[in-house]
Amino acid sequence: MQPIISINGLVKTFPVGNGFFCALNDVNLKLGTGEFVGLVGPSGSGKTTLLNIIGSLDTPTEGKAEVLGHSIGELTAKESAALRNKDIGFIFQSYNLLPVYTVYENVEFPLLLQKMSADTRRKAIMEALDWVGLTNKEQSRPSQLSGGECQRVAIARAMVKRPAIVLADEPSANLDAKNSHNILQTMRKLNEELQTTFIFATHDEKVMQYLKRIVYLQDGEVERDETVNQPNRNE
Amino acid sequence: MLLLRTAFKNILGGGKRTWLNVTVLSFTFVIMVAYNGILDGFLEEARRETQRWETGAGQIQHPEYDRYDMFTLQDAHGVAPLSLQTYLADKSMTPILILQAAIYPQGRFQNILLKGIDAGQNILELPTAKLRHTGTEIPVIIGQRMAGLADLKEGDRVMLRWRDKQGVFDAQEIVIAAVFKTKTTTVDAGQMWINITDLYAMTGMQDEATYLVKSENCPVVSDIDNWSYKDLKYLLADIDLMAKSNQTESFIIFAILLAIALLAVFDTQMLSIFRRQKEIGTYVALGMTPKRVSGLFTLEGTSYSILAVLMAAVWGTPLLYLFAQTGMKMPEVYADMGMGMSDAIYPAYHVSSIMTSIIVIVVLSAIISYLPARRIAKQNIVFALKGKIN
Repeated sequence: MQPIISINGLVKTFPVGNGFFCALNDVNLKLGTGEFVGLVGPSGSGKTTLLNIIGSLDTPTEGKAEVLGHSIGELTAKESAALRNKDIGFIFQSYNLLPVYTVYENVEFPLLLQKMSADTRRKAIMEALDWVGLTNKEQSRPSQLSGGECQRVAIARAMVKRPAIVLADEPSANLDAKNSHNILQTMRKLNEELQTTFIFATHDEKVMQYLKRIVYLQDGEVERDETVNQPNRNE
Repeated sequence: MLLLRTAFKNILGGGKRTWLNVTVLSFTFVIMVAYNGILDGFLEEARRETQRWETGAGQIQHPEYDRYDMFTLQDAHGVAPLSLQTYLADKSMTPILILQAAIYPQGRFQNILLKGIDAGQNILELPTAKLRHTGTEIPVIIGQRMAGLADLKEGDRVMLRWRDKQGVFDAQEIVIAAVFKTKTTTVDAGQMWINITDLYAMTGMQDEATYLVKSENCPVVSDIDNWSYKDLKYLLADIDLMAKSNQTESFIIFAILLAIALLAVFDTQMLSIFRRQKEIGTYVALGMTPKRVSGLFTLEGTSYSILAVLMAAVWGTPLLYLFAQTGMKMPEVYADMGMGMSDAIYPAYHVSSIMTSIIVIVVLSAIISYLPARRIAKQNIVFALKGKIN
């Protein structure tokens, strides 16, 4: 398997008071196309920090993080933005939908940044909304949707540009069990159909049931890296 | 285009806060345009009136004449240069001869300026036709202010004393042939207008003048034989000076109004940047650079002013049009300040003035929006995504 994400000796520290807090310490990891992997660990274990570095929202203090051939930390703000816009989709715990936009416009936004033509855009948006079962809500605003629906819009927004990687930070934390399973099934389906690599930062048992690979983090270090041969929910 | 669309969408989604800012800005804009219109109208009216009643299209003045120094009048008269005689003959120029004199209304002594003017002139609005002789009495015309000061009215007779060319005093009774109404005080208070032919006869200063007033048709625009050409810029300098002083006042008023309006925009921008941390982080996560997000917020702030201009156009245009029709009544005291003014000031709206107001509002909004928005470019996006203020 050719890795699309390659992390070597990654260290990330944050200034705290007069000293530094080490969020990631000598992390080594390789992730390939089509993986459905979870970064699992307690709060403060460094999973979100690792996710942010992979998403080029943050940079390593030491070591190297290479994503789709780009060395994070050496990218300019423009290159970093282009990488996020074209190849990385984000799903957040609190959905982070743009409040004044409709469902359609929220999903459309990354495509507008890519300057895609209106026809191609519309087709892609409707397809993405179809994946998450929200074609009937395209004119609704986030305030008119339930939490589960909002997260499905976020999935559609992350997937509409057909990224190579989707980063999901605690995507089910604000959802009830039924909605959690619902969105995880959707993501799993997209992972299999489109071979998109999904990386989760989670400590939710419900999410772990769907993961094909689990990377356990503890105090900023990789404690275990396990492949799950038969995830419990693969329907 | 995307930024503009997003900016408008965001501020329209801002609801009441947006409309409050837009309303305050549009109010400021309309006040600016109206005030500038009044100033321009005031200036134009004053210039027009002064030209109609006093300066004509320019003057050729005797070398000794200084309009700010009455003592020069004694020597400031002479026969106009030969090269100007053609214009005097075809009446595209008219001579004015000024003397110091005195009148004795009801036995009181009162100094005046006696101004000789051709009864047949048609350059100035003065009703000089009334100076034509109907009998042996010498007719004079005076303005309403002079009539009030001397307690004279049409038909009254009054003793006039003057000095002739040799400096010898002479006196004669004159009759008030007409009392004219003008807002140009400088042709009214303390003055009497007399037929220049009578003045020649009274003083022996045949064909002399203190200055010559030219009409639009007269081509003279330079000094001739030491007689100095005074253009309208010189002759209307007092009005321009007053306009400049008014502009300073108006600038202060605008500055205060704009400061209030822009403070609202600044406040909204600051609040937006604190409240919309997650949104800022999301834009970056979706592929915008922090600088571009900063540009988006700047554009949002600037869009308030663009919306304000549109709103001002909707409610301000009919209002300003109505104002231009009705004008603003001017108190008499303004005319007593020495400026030629009509009863009402009609605002004059110039495209350049409106465009300047628009540019000032839009540019200042952009600057005031950029100041808080530039913080975005320095923000920690990871914190922003979590909604943490950093």
